Amino acid sequence: MWLYAARRLLMTIPIGLGVTVICFALIYLAPGDPVQSLLPPDATAKDVAELKHAYGLDKPIPVQYLIWLGHALTGNLGRSIQTNQPVLDEVTRALANTIPIAVISVILAFVIALGLGILAATRVGGILDRLATGVAVLGISVPQFWLGVILVIAFAVELGWLPATGMGSSGSEHFSWFKWSEAKYAVMPIIALTMTPLGILMRTTRSSIAEMLALDFIQTLRAKGLSNAAIVIHAIRNALPQILAMFGLQLGYLIGGSILVETVFTWPGTGFLLNKAILTRDIPLLQGTILVLAMAFVLINLVVDLLQTAVDPRIKRA
Amino acid sequence: MSGALVEAPPAADARAQGVPAREAEPATRVRGYWGNVWQRLRYDYATLFFLFVILLIVASAVFAPLLSPFDPNKASMAHRLKPLFYHDNILGTDEQGRDILSRILYGGRTSLLMGIVPVVAATFVGGLFGVVAGYAGGRLNTIIMRSMDVFFAFPSVLLAVAISGSLGGGMVNQLITLTVVLTPPLCRVAETSASQIRSMDFVDAARASGASTVSILLHHVLVNVVSPVLVYASTLVSASILLASGLSFLGLGVSPPTPDWGLMLSTLREAIYVRPIVCAMPGVAILLTSIAFNLVSDGLRQAMDVKA
Amino acid sequence: MNTEAQGAAAPMLDQPADRGGRAQPMLIAQGLKRYFPIRGGLLNRRVAEVKAVDDVSFTVLKGETLGVVGESGCGKSTLARLLMHLLVMDAGSLIFDGDPVGTEQGLSLRDLRRNLQMVFQDSYSSLNPRLPIEESIAYSPRVHGMERGQAKRIARELLQRVGLRPEYFGGRYPHELSGGQKQRVNIARALALNPRMLILDEAVSALDKSVEAQVLNLLGELKREFNLTYMFISHDLHVVQYISDRVMVMYLGQVVEFGPVDTIYAQPRHPYTAALLECRLVVDPAGRIDTPPLVGDPPNPINPPSGCRFRTRCPHAETVCERTVPALGAWNGNTAAHLVACHMAHPGSGHSRAAPAPVVH
Ligand SMILES: Nc1ncnc2c1ncn2[C@@H]1O[C@H](COP(=O)(O)OP(=O)(O)OP(=O)(O)O)[C@@H](O)[C@H]1O
Ligand SMILES: [Mg+2]
Repeated sequence: MWLYAARRLLMTIPIGLGVTVICFALIYLAPGDPVQSLLPPDATAKDVAELKHAYGLDKPIPVQYLIWLGHALTGNLGRSIQTNQPVLDEVTRALANTIPIAVISVILAFVIALGLGILAATRVGGILDRLATGVAVLGISVPQFWLGVILVIAFAVELGWLPATGMGSSGSEHFSWFKWSEAKYAVMPIIALTMTPLGILMRTTRSSIAEMLALDFIQTLRAKGLSNAAIVIHAIRNALPQILAMFGLQLGYLIGGSILVETVFTWPGTGFLLNKAILTRDIPLLQGTILVLAMAFVLINLVVDLLQTAVDPRIKRA
Repeated sequence: MSGALVEAPPAADARAQGVPAREAEPATRVRGYWGNVWQRLRYDYATLFFLFVILLIVASAVFAPLLSPFDPNKASMAHRLKPLFYHDNILGTDEQGRDILSRILYGGRTSLLMGIVPVVAATFVGGLFGVVAGYAGGRLNTIIMRSMDVFFAFPSVLLAVAISGSLGGGMVNQLITLTVVLTPPLCRVAETSASQIRSMDFVDAARASGASTVSILLHHVLVNVVSPVLVYASTLVSASILLASGLSFLGLGVSPPTPDWGLMLSTLREAIYVRPIVCAMPGVAILLTSIAFNLVSDGLRQAMDVKA
Repeated sequence: MNTEAQGAAAPMLDQPADRGGRAQPMLIAQGLKRYFPIRGGLLNRRVAEVKAVDDVSFTVLKGETLGVVGESGCGKSTLARLLMHLLVMDAGSLIFDGDPVGTEQGLSLRDLRRNLQMVFQDSYSSLNPRLPIEESIAYSPRVHGMERGQAKRIARELLQRVGLRPEYFGGRYPHELSGGQKQRVNIARALALNPRMLILDEAVSALDKSVEAQVLNLLGELKREFNLTYMFISHDLHVVQYISDRVMVMYLGQVVEFGPVDTIYAQPRHPYTAALLECRLVVDPAGRIDTPPLVGDPPNPINPPSGCRFRTRCPHAETVCERTVPALGAWNGNTAAHLVACHMAHPGSGHSRAAPAPVVH
């Protein structure tokens, strides 16, 4: 197991490097001169020269990459063209707003998917089973941003129960999860975010529970008179490692893919930041945010894999 | 009908005499793999229904010029943001007074294009790399698959936003972005399948007969890789449509006057307080299309008997 | 035999010519070696190796059937794949009918494969599930440039020849055939290039007894009809005795005994062969013995025992067996036809039983 863990750790290094290469390449994907895209339009010739020197932009591309990597590894992701703030600061501030809604959403999705999945499995073909199937199809088919719009229409425009956008009157600085007047701003983003992982999880839970109930040893247990509920619990315990893996993956997807929902609700997280970077063509901000998010995804996957090794006695080899 | 049977053409007559009796016996009804798939699909009415829905959507996009009551780009200041069933504007009008229904019909063209073209392109590119990696094994496999792993280090939405955000908007850029995003997963599916096939004895038998690698890939590997890859690709159509509409929503898709469901949702968002239902309409189109593709691909998976 | 079908036969590819003459062995294998690496550790380095085939040399004579026996995992299939050049050998060389294989002046791989074909062990995975079986059979002639229609005709004739009516079976897919039928198709496919020698890897092992007998008879007929040489791999000693002219016994990647079938079955010289043959008797109630002659699992092929590989399970093991590897040689200086790799069979080896006295029970 330790060998596996060490190997898994080692494997993360080339992947992390690959991620930095892609992020670095983003500047070159952007049309026009990279120097121009890294600076505000009104930059002086002196600014240009300074930047060129700082990033070695007059040097061959591999050298540029190494210089950039050196900066990135020490936390220097450049400055936002718009705000002139260090990109890292902007991203960490935004991340602090994204992580809570992502975590809550994934947990919600899990609770509902498992609960509904188990109930559905006890009576295949029943109403609950159909509901579960419907949720599964809907969850993977619905465009998140449209769901967001629908939620706004329903709960903000028509019913007026919840605020349509933003993160509270006092801004994100004083946001508190423990005051309803503030926390209610997070309700709709969370619902919108929950839907996709819910659909995916619903689907997997349903099929894997059905598959498991058909397994030989489960049949034996059943023949011995074990109740359905007990069997399902047994099955879930068996599936714990996979559940864990799914959890990590979905969490990563939400943290990295929150851009649409955050845009709809102007929730000031990383997704919103990305959107801002796109609209203003703030390439350093875009690049830095993407790098941080991708690295977070890599890290989450690493942690989940390691946890999975710890829980699952079967994983011994690569 | 019986008359035709009597007047059998002379050629058939000659053949009936020239060939040994056993050849004339009716052959046992044999269905190949694809024949079986079709048999299973034929009785899967739900899948057939949604296949029909897809055909309708495709037809309405193709025949949009015939079906649309209005020119999708004709603005009218006097008729801005009208409700459902406003005169001939069945689904109302948008913030520039353009007919929503016409724009949805035309928008289907973009959405279907974005759902299908990148998937086809990624199937070719990813399939090619995957089959080569799976069949070659060894170092080539390591190089190809490890490169793909780097793309898996990005959640798909993030990768799409990263590439699209750097490239900028526009239809071609969007197609490129989606193809790049969809290639690695297809490559992985093709690789898994190809490397399984690689270890089967019939591939060794083909090698033992002296066949070239290209011939083996074509006759023995591809035919077996095709069904899991197709099933997987079919699940990606809906994903691709959703991703594309998301990018358009962010302003990274087609440029404004072109009708596009994601873009429509984005511009109509300003008007949700005025005409909430009308503003939701383009999303209904996305949802329907996406559900239809998802359910058909589920049916296809079952008919092709591919494990999820 | 259906002579009419013979008469109407579509022209097959010509059987490659006999180049070496009657006395030239069909196949001479020298020092074949294949080690499979086992990777592990932090960087996935090669940490050990399975010595699947370790220095194996033998000859196959023209027109004979050479039986190869040994426990599961002793390297029989690996040996077959080395001969077919489906696996790269780590060392060793092959001479086919006098021509070295794969060298400049010798036989090219393509030519070797016209001469030498193989029937694979696993009849399930040896047919392409997406091809009708006649296409599977017609594939090899087409690879060698035959036109499609003719290749298909040959395929149908071969199907007929192996006992499957082409009009019923030709268009079928492998999953629509029974194991025995699949194995017949495999045989037909191997014959499609009209080779001179066939390697049959457990060709009948997965079949039940009556089907096995049918297929064995078929193999006998085909051998005469197509003028074939067989290398017949099996772990079933009855079958090997029935079909073979000479027998090669393998243990953990090495040849331990080699000789004419009657001699070996009557007077096994290697304790492993003797044990195998005794195992066989257990099936027969009259000859039942109380203790199983072959105790324990075969040792790990990753770290085979030093000296004689069989010594850990051998009742006669002594210190010599631990120290020196017994060479495969004529026993007691007897005729070169019967070779044994056991210290007891070689005078002066230092084993206490290395006297002329026979070891058999
Ligand atoms: N591709 C491979 N990679 C690693 N090890 C292998 C490979 N092929 C075979 N081996 C190992 O080599 C040894 C010999 O295998 P082989 O298949 O030749 O045995 P066999 O005598 O044919 O057995 P059986 O009677 O079961 O078919 C086994 O220990 C096997 O595990
Ligand atoms: Mg074998």
